[in-house]
Amino acid sequence: MLARISVPEQARRGEVMEIRIAVRHPMETGFRYDNFGRPIAKNVINTLVCRYNGAEVFRAEMGSGIAANPHLQFYLLAEASGEIEFSWVDDSGNRGRQRAAITVTD
Amino acid sequence: MHPVNPVYWLFCLLFGVFAASAAEPPRPSPLKSGIEFASEDLRKLQADDFANPGMLWVARGEKLWNEPAGKTGKSCAACHGAARQSMKGVATRYPRIDPGAARLVNLEGRINLCRARNQDAEPLEHESEELLALTAYVAHQSRGLPLDVAVDWQNRRNFERGRELYHTRIGQMNLSCSQCHDRNWGKQLLAETISQGHGNAYPAYRLEWQTMGSLARRIRACFYGVRAGLPDYGAPELLDLELYLAWRGKGLAIETPGVRR
Repeated sequence: MLARISVPEQARRGEVMEIRIAVRHPMETGFRYDNFGRPIAKNVINTLVCRYNGAEVFRAEMGSGIAANPHLQFYLLAEASGEIEFSWVDDSGNRGRQRAAITVTD
Repeated sequence: MHPVNPVYWLFCLLFGVFAASAAEPPRPSPLKSGIEFASEDLRKLQADDFANPGMLWVARGEKLWNEPAGKTGKSCAACHGAARQSMKGVATRYPRIDPGAARLVNLEGRINLCRARNQDAEPLEHESEELLALTAYVAHQSRGLPLDVAVDWQNRRNFERGRELYHTRIGQMNLSCSQCHDRNWGKQLLAETISQGHGNAYPAYRLEWQTMGSLARRIRACFYGVRAGLPDYGAPELLDLELYLAWRGKGLAIETPGVRR
């Protein structure tokens, strides 16, 4: 699953960082029907988690109300250098993972 | 004073009439991209390179550009190097006649020809994720550059057929492209503002589709809108029309990936 993440490469300790992620996913609601009148199965990214050096700092539990190709944005406090890692899973069990390194200076 | 020569004046009159009928139909003035008819939210979304959903396809296109393909195992980058340099300006010149295939091709078609000739790879399907991604990536390298197709002796017939189709009433609603997009742009149609119908932002992410789509898909949707039969993807009339649209929008900056309603 393709995703783009926006994490600053560098930050000063105590600085507020803007973190963004956009994931390519149709987010099929389960309310649509095909041209033969058959319901199209629901398949959305139901859980998206962000970990900062292994500790969970952000969690999104999503449903049919979130539009296709979800774009999420939140803020983190820069504490230590290391890794920011996103992981997510959809209803059909497909998983995605993306990480970025971050350097925190004093 | 010499008497007026009737033959001379008759000749001038006839020449004037012939010259007027051979003149190109007027292009909309001032020329406005579709983004100028979009809401504030949509304009912001297109301008934000991270939030713009079309950039997901551009990112995928960049990956595909660097991946080996076909029996040769060569990537696009193997011949073309960095797309930022080699593909700059390319999208502004399409559709154009491909000398090898001796027919009009758009950017999608040209990518598939390149795959067949230089990578020994299967053509990518119309509207597939991969073809949309590669087309968006290549067109994106020309973002900000003005559309600049040349109409010359090679594609003159294509241009004329495209122009003819543009001005022909079609479908159950018996409407031509010109009636909405030349004569009524800026006015409301079912609470939506009619644009001038340019293709400078394609492939584009349409909110209605909740995904990326090509100009061909958008034109087919217009045929559907007037309840006309849809031309097949790759049909010559669709390509001729794309050429006419590119000529008509000459000077407009490419915006790929565009965001539209």
